[in-house]
Amino acid sequence: MKDFVLLFRNAGEPMNTLSPQQMQNLMTDWQNWMGGIAAQDKLSNSGYRLSTEGNTLKANNVTTDGPFAEIKEILTGVAIIKAETLEEANELAKGCPILKVGGSVEVRGVIVMNMDYNK
Amino acid sequence: MQKEKELIPQLYRAEFRKLVSVLSRSFGLEHIELAEDIVSEAFLTAAETWGIKGVPNNPVAWLYTVAKNSAKDQLKRHNLFESKITTHLQQDHTPAYETEIDLSTQNIRDSQLQMMFAICHPAIPPEAQIGLSLRILCGFSIDEIADAFLTNKENINKRLFRARQKLKEAHIAIEVPPVTEINKRIEAVLTTVYLLFNEGYYSQSHNTILRRDLCLEAMRLNYLLLENTATDTPAVNALMALMCFHSSRFDSRLDEHGEVVLYDDQDSSLWNQELIAKGNYYLNKAAQGNEVTTYHFEAAIAYWHTTKAAEKWEHILQTYNKLLQLRYSPIAALNRTYALYKVYGKAIAITEAEKLNLESSHLYHCLLGNLYTGEDNQKALEHFSTAISLTKSSVDKKAIRKQMIKIGQL
Repeated sequence: MKDFVLLFRNAGEPMNTLSPQQMQNLMTDWQNWMGGIAAQDKLSNSGYRLSTEGNTLKANNVTTDGPFAEIKEILTGVAIIKAETLEEANELAKGCPILKVGGSVEVRGVIVMNMDYNK
Repeated sequence: MQKEKELIPQLYRAEFRKLVSVLSRSFGLEHIELAEDIVSEAFLTAAETWGIKGVPNNPVAWLYTVAKNSAKDQLKRHNLFESKITTHLQQDHTPAYETEIDLSTQNIRDSQLQMMFAICHPAIPPEAQIGLSLRILCGFSIDEIADAFLTNKENINKRLFRARQKLKEAHIAIEVPPVTEINKRIEAVLTTVYLLFNEGYYSQSHNTILRRDLCLEAMRLNYLLLENTATDTPAVNALMALMCFHSSRFDSRLDEHGEVVLYDDQDSSLWNQELIAKGNYYLNKAAQGNEVTTYHFEAAIAYWHTTKAAEKWEHILQTYNKLLQLRYSPIAALNRTYALYKVYGKAIAITEAEKLNLESSHLYHCLLGNLYTGEDNQKALEHFSTAISLTKSSVDKKAIRKQMIKIGQL
């Protein structure tokens, strides 16, 4: 099993247009999807949902407001799953509820570093 | 004559553990067998003496005195040996033992709590912890332990012997760990309490009285932790809530033959409301602070099982989702899929079940057998047959056959 990082992006659709009921349903869908991966023992780290508080730092002390100034799609969260292959990781990612609301999931392999400096 | 025959086993269950804990604390854990012998001897003396002379006015005090005197004799003999003989061998000698045996309520309680931490030490394998807990902390006889584990006395004696060896080899002190270590050490203690409870709740033994005793003992041990401010943590409260909720359904989940009644077939009027109320009390206490453990989620799941709320399966499913994200276990994965069926129907649950990769578990095939019943009876029967071939338990086989017969009648 290898780790794959999932990067979730919204299509720029602001979440606050959702009704409380829609919001609740979306949360339930997320939990069911994550729970389903965890039930297969393929969740490595449930990761983080990212808030809109933030900014981007650049050289020469330049700070751009908000985390989404220059990218069309907002990064909304990360999670790490376990899979044998990229295909299997894709299969697991397919159920992600963000896909139903125009968002995307980027599936990325992880470079395993050899941390054993003693050798 | 009749009176002491009933009295002695009752006293044994209540007092054996207290005396052994106090004596072991004075002798040191390496002499735990000596403590057990002295206490057993005191009970034997009681059985002989009371049969002839009648039961004394205060039987507990009588037992304490007999055990105390023989412990003091032992210590005197030992100290004599240490001072007369060992000093010739060793230059630096300090007497190893105090001779005072303190049988105050406070010391009995403290000794038991300390003994719990000593037995539930990470160096001791979990199986040995359970056996020792039943013997030393719960005062179960070898026969009762053998019955609970569906094995014979010889096996239990061997298991306990090996467990005591481990205790000696690991040089574990009888003490409550310092505050800085409690959170880490308490995990092993809670695991043992939890396993002890499960042993009673899910045991294959048909002895329902014994099974109930196991559950009650687990709750009693957990209560010792709650009584001490240093160990009265949210996790301990959550485990207590979990056990209260589960045991509230004890009467409804076993039929008159000691066989398990499935949740959907249980008579909810038999659920014990007093225990449910206690569960709520401890669950509220568990919610204080920021710590969320698997016990919190399991307690919440057990809570929803005791309600008749329409949306309960929705809550159960969501809590299983969270529990699995915190820690995976095959049982939680299977139960989550059952909750998924209750909320979204069989088709979705079957798809998810078949992804679980638990083909070697009979419970997995039982679940699929259940889900396929009424959808594809042929497949249901195939899964039930596989389940039968995978389990060794005759109780399980019988229960599965019952479900197969039901399909034939559909």
